[in-house]
Amino acid sequence: MKEVALKELLYKIADDQLILGHRNSEWTGFGPLLEEDIAFSSMAQDKVGQSYALYQLLNQLGEQEPDTVAFMRNAQQFHNCQLVELPNGEYDFSLIRHFLFDTAEAIRFDLLSQSSYQPLADLAKKIKGELQYHTLHANTLIKKLGSATPESIGRLQNSLDIALPYALGIFEPSPFESSIIAEGFFAGEAELQKQWILKVDALLAQTQLKPISWPTVKAIYGGRNGQHTEHLQPLLDEMSEVFKIDPTAEW
Amino acid sequence: MYGGGNTFEAIRTDSLAQEDPEKLAAFEAKIERGEKIEPTDWMPALYRKQLIRMIEQHAHSEIIGALPEGTWITRAPGFKRKLSLMAKVQDEVGHAQLLYSAAETLGKTREQMIDDLLSGKSKYSNIFNYPAFTWADSCFISWLVDAGAIVNQLANAKGSYGPYCRALERICAEESFHLKYGHHCVIFLATGTDKQRQMFQEAINRWWAPMMHFFGPSDKISAHTEILMKWKVKMGTNDDMRNQFLDMYVPKIWELGFTLPDPNLKKNPTTNKWEYTEPDWEEFKRVINGEGPCNKERIEVRRIAEERGRWVREALKAPQAAYVTPLA
Ligand SMILES: [Fe+2]
Ligand SMILES: [Fe+2]
Ligand SMILES: [Fe+2]
Repeated sequence: MKEVALKELLYKIADDQLILGHRNSEWTGFGPLLEEDIAFSSMAQDKVGQSYALYQLLNQLGEQEPDTVAFMRNAQQFHNCQLVELPNGEYDFSLIRHFLFDTAEAIRFDLLSQSSYQPLADLAKKIKGELQYHTLHANTLIKKLGSATPESIGRLQNSLDIALPYALGIFEPSPFESSIIAEGFFAGEAELQKQWILKVDALLAQTQLKPISWPTVKAIYGGRNGQHTEHLQPLLDEMSEVFKIDPTAEW
Repeated sequence: MYGGGNTFEAIRTDSLAQEDPEKLAAFEAKIERGEKIEPTDWMPALYRKQLIRMIEQHAHSEIIGALPEGTWITRAPGFKRKLSLMAKVQDEVGHAQLLYSAAETLGKTREQMIDDLLSGKSKYSNIFNYPAFTWADSCFISWLVDAGAIVNQLANAKGSYGPYCRALERICAEESFHLKYGHHCVIFLATGTDKQRQMFQEAINRWWAPMMHFFGPSDKISAHTEILMKWKVKMGTNDDMRNQFLDMYVPKIWELGFTLPDPNLKKNPTTNKWEYTEPDWEEFKRVINGEGPCNKERIEVRRIAEERGRWVREALKAPQAAYVTPLA
């Protein structure tokens, strides 16, 4: 039971990193300015690298090889939140998602650095450091674009409104929530969400974006359970296109 | 990527008659002594013009070159390849950034350069007008197109313009990582299944002609570039560069058991030079001038990216939002 709970926790975190890392990498060559191409690529590399490290932890717990886990499962077997699988859309959406998600990730890995599962605590300390750059990048740009021109403010506001229900889906409780907390693996999604709301509110208060009326935002759940939007399976098909030519081959 | 200093049109030297002969002599003596020309130094208008053209073309080649490989980032097989290819293509975008800055020191802004790219006024390396159909094509680019670029770039790094040389030194260091990555990918295809070997052989067959074109028209037919050689803007002839590339890489390709689609390709033991079927230079010209399989698509992608990003660039220029380069 304990181990099932731990694996479930690791899978959903790893899946989040892999899928958003993949989405971030889609900006390569298409960014609004070269500096942003480069920034999104750095974050993509960090995230995919983090997912790789987490799948390695799972491998040590008896799960399959990272490549098999990442490239051979179908959408229903992925436990990422739906927020990360949504298409990049315009830059405003990608930036808002990056802000909402990485604000949560920074807190999540901070909490995980206290995990009773030592290999996870050790890894979380390293990832926490990498995430500082991600949140710095997001905060800097949200502050600037959220106060710059009517168009930039309007675009961010619109994307924020669309992304928020999905962002709350990050915190969809796991069926093992109480066991995860009791074992000290992780402080739990409710705690994470509480801290996240404070951070999001504080940053938005430094922009001209509207303060969020949280009770009116309805969370979109399902991702943690393997229920996904129509966007995940095509992403996975693309990701594994070459790998599946011959999964036994070495590439 | 790239860095060829290819010259597609004849150089008009008439403007030289208007230059101050004493300054010109001092400028040429400085280059002759092996010293670098810096942005605030006096330079002939023709030197400035040719350098802008060359560095700008190189910068464009880096961002356009990111496109055919970039489409394979999302499909790279396995974590290691995915991570390396992301880093590699990111480097190429970083090279564009460095090179645009180097060209800006000569008085043309990045915006003007991008506008000229989109209008077709300014060129980029011809090879990126061909499609990368398979994973093996992306491996061909990472290994051999980057190898060709390194041949050009190492030569150009010894040129006379300080900012370009310094940018190239950094770029060459990163390119050697690309080359290793590309070679590694190809070794895995070469030693893999029949299907994998076949994929790479087909990539070679598709890419060999563009690769031969990569170094520019044969010396017999290319524009006269003596003055550019004297000023150390161009550091070697097209045929010299091509020969260096063939010398370094044909044996490696053969060693892996692949064939090259040119029955006349061989090294002449007396001259020590490679002989080959003369590439189709009419085809080269057609592609350079917009008739290649992907010219329209490449420019269109760039144009859309520029257009979709305009609001971001404008907002970052707004007084409420002075942009600071992000650290990530
Ligand atoms: Fe490059
Ligand atoms: Fe990099
Ligand atoms: Fe390269």
